[in-house]
Amino acid sequence: MSQWVIKGLRTGIKSTRYPRTIETAPGMSPGLPVATRMSPDMAQMMVTRCPTSALEPAQAGVDVNLRRCIHCFRCARGTDSPMEWERERDFECAGVTPNSNDHDRRFGPAFSRSIHILVVDAGDCGACLNEVKQLNNPYYNMHRLGFFLTPTPRHADLLLVVGALTEHMRLPLRKAYDAMPTPKRVVAVGACALSGGIFGRSFMCAGGVGDFLPVDVEVPGNPPPPLAILHGLLVAAGRKPPALLYRRAEDSTEAPG
Amino acid sequence: MPPELLRVLEEAKARWTGKVRPSLNGGDAAACHLECETSELPAICNWLFAERECSFGGLIVEQGTPWQLRYVFYGQDSGWTHVVTYLHAGEERVPSVSRLIYAADWHEREAEDLFGLEFEGHPRLGDFVLHNDVWQEGVAPMRKGFDGSRPVTNREPDLNWKPRRIVEEAGAFGMPVGPVHSAAIAPVYFQLETVGEDVIRAQPRLFYAYRGLEKIAEGRQADDALLIAERISGTSAFAHSLGLCQGVEGLCQVEVPERASWLRVFLAEFERLRHHVAAIAGICESTGLAVSAAQAAILEEELLRISGSLTGHRYLFGMNVFGGLATDLDDAVCRRAAVQIAQVSDKLAVLQGMLSTSSSFLDRLEDVGKVSVSNARDFGLVGPIARASGLSRDLRKVAPYCGYDRVEFEVPQESEGDGYARLRLFFREAEQSARIISEIVQRIPAGRFRTPETALRPGAALGWVEAPGGAALHWIRLGEGGVVERYRIVTPSFANWHGFRLAAENFAFQDFPIILASFALSVHENDR
Ligand code: SF4
Repeated sequence: MSQWVIKGLRTGIKSTRYPRTIETAPGMSPGLPVATRMSPDMAQMMVTRCPTSALEPAQAGVDVNLRRCIHCFRCARGTDSPMEWERERDFECAGVTPNSNDHDRRFGPAFSRSIHILVVDAGDCGACLNEVKQLNNPYYNMHRLGFFLTPTPRHADLLLVVGALTEHMRLPLRKAYDAMPTPKRVVAVGACALSGGIFGRSFMCAGGVGDFLPVDVEVPGNPPPPLAILHGLLVAAGRKPPALLYRRAEDSTEAPG
Repeated sequence: MPPELLRVLEEAKARWTGKVRPSLNGGDAAACHLECETSELPAICNWLFAERECSFGGLIVEQGTPWQLRYVFYGQDSGWTHVVTYLHAGEERVPSVSRLIYAADWHEREAEDLFGLEFEGHPRLGDFVLHNDVWQEGVAPMRKGFDGSRPVTNREPDLNWKPRRIVEEAGAFGMPVGPVHSAAIAPVYFQLETVGEDVIRAQPRLFYAYRGLEKIAEGRQADDALLIAERISGTSAFAHSLGLCQGVEGLCQVEVPERASWLRVFLAEFERLRHHVAAIAGICESTGLAVSAAQAAILEEELLRISGSLTGHRYLFGMNVFGGLATDLDDAVCRRAAVQIAQVSDKLAVLQGMLSTSSSFLDRLEDVGKVSVSNARDFGLVGPIARASGLSRDLRKVAPYCGYDRVEFEVPQESEGDGYARLRLFFREAEQSARIISEIVQRIPAGRFRTPETALRPGAALGWVEAPGGAALHWIRLGEGGVVERYRIVTPSFANWHGFRLAAENFAFQDFPIILASFALSVHENDR
């Protein structure tokens, strides 16, 4: 068995240094569309390309509602004037909802380096779940930041939900949430959990978990890369400031293109 | 046109003179169609399955006047055979073929549940896709009249529903596991039935992640169905979008440029490699050998990052479009990716070497979760799981698409059918995929990455693909204006979950996670 010890030692430390320094490894995040100033005609053309209405026409150009973006790249490919694409620090994109101001839902100082997480898949495609799994990968190793998966809701401080919430998962999800002690917070991960994504609202899908459970932190993406989920956890723990999920063209600094 | 296919046609004609109407369609999607009365259905299906040794691909139900039921088979060298039967108004019953072809069992149960058709003589129907503790009987969401766009409000769920117990010995009890699990695990419920130390049976209850994809695709534009196809199973997104693309491209006779075909093979094999590495990581983790699990997990993340740099998306979403790819990949970048992939493959070989000499690891896998070749065949298992039991049928070889017939590769096979055989198979297939990538990256021709215009036309066609988990079928019917009228998705996980219980009989409690991991099943792909 000693071969494994040696192998482990030889591998060295793979973990990202985020959040101490920003991570820039290629391929660890798909980036995000940027709200861009443009002419109304162009804006209209862009908006019709988007299958989930993540792009909205505005006075100044195109606004981006990250909660709806499913990373289909239709606004970035196959057109002569693609949307601007954010590639740096883009994964720091988790936002908060008004619930998170609720005093009862705040974590006290005892939680600062130890938060236990229950993961519930409420009906996704498996990609979000796989990215959540990567958080235990040596590359991300969330333990070093004091985040641990827990097998039981009774020990969970934080409920991490992926998926569009199917009819069949309503009851199990409700039971899990109710069994958690307070204070508790909910982090919804992925476009499907935020808005239903491509599945939308239907006879089977609730179009996200927000109407069903009080969500505190929302992590956009389809799927959000592991670092975005990590950012969401840090936001929930009060250790990182939240980002804006609705981004306005008028706030963009780009010159009109 | 495979000569064997003509033989199927001739023999069917001779055997069922006047009772079947055989026809052929040529081209790439060469298939033999046997139209028959419902009364002849079981005999014809059984002849194909038992005598001609065809695999059962799937059942495709289409509501219309009349209803159309299509049983798809494929053989080692006879290509595709569709047995088609029609139901006329008011007769919503058809004889079950499940008693003869057990592989069709879940297909019939699904059709009964979602379309409300009756399968006479089926051994067990009832709680399946639609859970009886959530839905009342008689809801048939796949029917045309059912509005899938809004929630069903008037529901009378069966609150006393309990999973059916199979073991009836004194002292037997059922241990529930799931659908919320102790780690990041997909929603599935298991009833482990035990009389003490050992588990006698493990029955999965699936479809917690049923998103009704076939239903919500209806009425949408074909290219939106492509977004749905990618999200059947996020970890096999490229394969499924390729399956749908090939269906639509076949239907609309779209010529896919050479360059796009080669790049598709590149990406499909890349996805297979990553899928298998994740499967290996899962097996290592289930045995508790932490360093090996971490090593495999590192390789998975490295592959995800290579995907991210190469295509912009870690799971290859948004790459396939009708007629080719959404964006071109730079040749130099592809070659660089191929070098990185080869490095991962080398590290994988080192890992395999180390695992094969770790006796405590092997002890946990050997003889665990055995599936015999005859069981694999009866249950219609597919992909690596079937090949680990000695049943080797790979759509890349038996019905080549995308130019796979120009690529040299081997379809590995093992015979023991236990956990260790499945692990070895994942390693060997991963190695083959890495080889294909390094071979073809030198041969990707210059040219267009997409046909400029794809004119969608009404009609129906079958697309198929050997997804990382095994054979996947995509039946697409388009109406006027490129609107989806029917989209039937048959996935490898659906076939293999059906057979999972073969491997989960009479085992020790602590082996359960290992058996499960060695199947590398996707709940999402099964549930759709
Ligand atoms: S990438 Fe996002 S914003 Fe752009 S078209 Fe797709 S869903 Fe819309």
